[in-house]
Amino acid sequence: MILMTLEPILKIENLQVDYPSREMGQQTRHAVRGLNLSVFPGEVFGFLGPNGAGKTTTMNVLLGFVPPTSGDAFLFGVNVREPIARQRIGYLPELTYYYKFLTAEEILRFYARIFGLPRKVANERIDSILKLVELEHARTRPIRTYSKGMQQRVGLAQALINNPDLLILDEPTSGLDPIGRMKVREIIQRLKNEGKTVFFSSHELGEVETVCDRVAILGAGQVKAEGKVNELVQSYQCSTLEQVFLKILDFKLAA
Amino acid sequence: MSATTGKTIIDFRHDIAPIGSGLSGHASAVSSAFNNISAIGGVVVKELLRRKDFYVLFVLTAIITVVMGSVNFFNETKIVRYVKELCLLLIWVSSLVIAVTTAARQIPFERENRTLFPLLAKPVTRAQVVLGKFWGCWLAVGLALAVFYVFFLVLGATRDGEWPIAQTFQALTLHWFMLGVVIAMTVLGSLVFAAPSSNNTITFVFVLGILLMGRHLNKVALRLDEPSQTLLYSIYYVVPHLELYDVRDLLVHGWSSIPWLVWLGALAYAVVYAGLFLLGACVLFKRKSVN
Repeated sequence: MILMTLEPILKIENLQVDYPSREMGQQTRHAVRGLNLSVFPGEVFGFLGPNGAGKTTTMNVLLGFVPPTSGDAFLFGVNVREPIARQRIGYLPELTYYYKFLTAEEILRFYARIFGLPRKVANERIDSILKLVELEHARTRPIRTYSKGMQQRVGLAQALINNPDLLILDEPTSGLDPIGRMKVREIIQRLKNEGKTVFFSSHELGEVETVCDRVAILGAGQVKAEGKVNELVQSYQCSTLEQVFLKILDFKLAA
Repeated sequence: MSATTGKTIIDFRHDIAPIGSGLSGHASAVSSAFNNISAIGGVVVKELLRRKDFYVLFVLTAIITVVMGSVNFFNETKIVRYVKELCLLLIWVSSLVIAVTTAARQIPFERENRTLFPLLAKPVTRAQVVLGKFWGCWLAVGLALAVFYVFFLVLGATRDGEWPIAQTFQALTLHWFMLGVVIAMTVLGSLVFAAPSSNNTITFVFVLGILLMGRHLNKVALRLDEPSQTLLYSIYYVVPHLELYDVRDLLVHGWSSIPWLVWLGALAYAVVYAGLFLLGACVLFKRKSVN
């Protein structure tokens, strides 16, 4: 149960991430530069930016895959360097990466065990999640026999197994057909209605416009703009989020 | 939650019981670590059960042993010893192949197939991943060994009517713990060497080298000049003496069982070496980039 406070559920403070550069003469490449961000309970937050803007790196820091060079990131007030910070999050990677020799049910049972769910709770949760992602009919089939859309829905199911308060989704509709996209969008909308916090990156700006409360647009490792979708559209005097995005990143449209 | 900002806003009690709830903080963390290690190990066991490696090796061992056992060599009436020797040799080779190949692919495949990302996005530490992989491989190899040794016991009993339960148990446990050292070494190797194939080859050469020459290194060192003598002696004292665990003669010749304290000491020796290799693997994996 979330205790209602104004504290952000996800907080990033002066985050800097440097990678050793592969180019001659350059020592480091700044993937993220002094990033500050806060996401509050119940929000659907869109994390946007062109390729190489630092979105995935920021997510990797939040998930503990990459240590920050400087600055800090917190989930539920816990530093992301602590594994316990990930107890109440669900993560869906851009592409589905699961043990193909397991069935959807087995993979969910495995992750349920990692979260320490009692067997009875796990069974109920697995049943309801498989129903939610419409994979009940294929629950005992190995994942290697699934289509791409089905695999993506297994990804979403594993992200929901711990009934997370915060969902981190990395391009959740990437590579899906229109029906698959619609289904994922519906699930995000449903989670939003349930009061879950969703932090997701996407290149599908139409989709972001539909489901997001607030967005941040990243460019070269820095936040270029942040706010509610309609406020950004108004302040940049554009008609769509896509136009705002292009304007912020100084993209010149062909005449 | 020592490293918090002091503003933790989530109630972790939620609708799931944190692992080991009701225990003190430290006990709960230990319980959670064991739970994670066991869960990761369970996936490794499932993987081995769903691959053909073990079944193929077991069927080959059984066929070769049964065929060889049915052949009459030089009208030798005590052929049962040769059959037992052959069967044990095949069990040793098969178990070594299963142990090394299974352990060598675990972490590289997790990285290559990127299954490591959803796993590490859960409340799991990298050390738990390493230990879980080790535990799964060791458990899976232990199950395979149990099947092999039951086959060996039944085969021997049908031939000479004897059931050397204590000796078989000692041989099985010593073999299993020796494979524990090999698996820990292979898991460490999987973080050092770029490809599982190179790790497989190097581990096989190293293990076979120890099994064949380990007990002779000190004798060879005696005949060398300095500094080669000190160098070889150092190697002799540093390498794990896996050859100590090869007690096949005990079963082949029907000798009496090893004193239980010696048996226990050998198991402890294996635990120390496996622990050192795993410690190295945990430290290395913690420093390694997962990207």
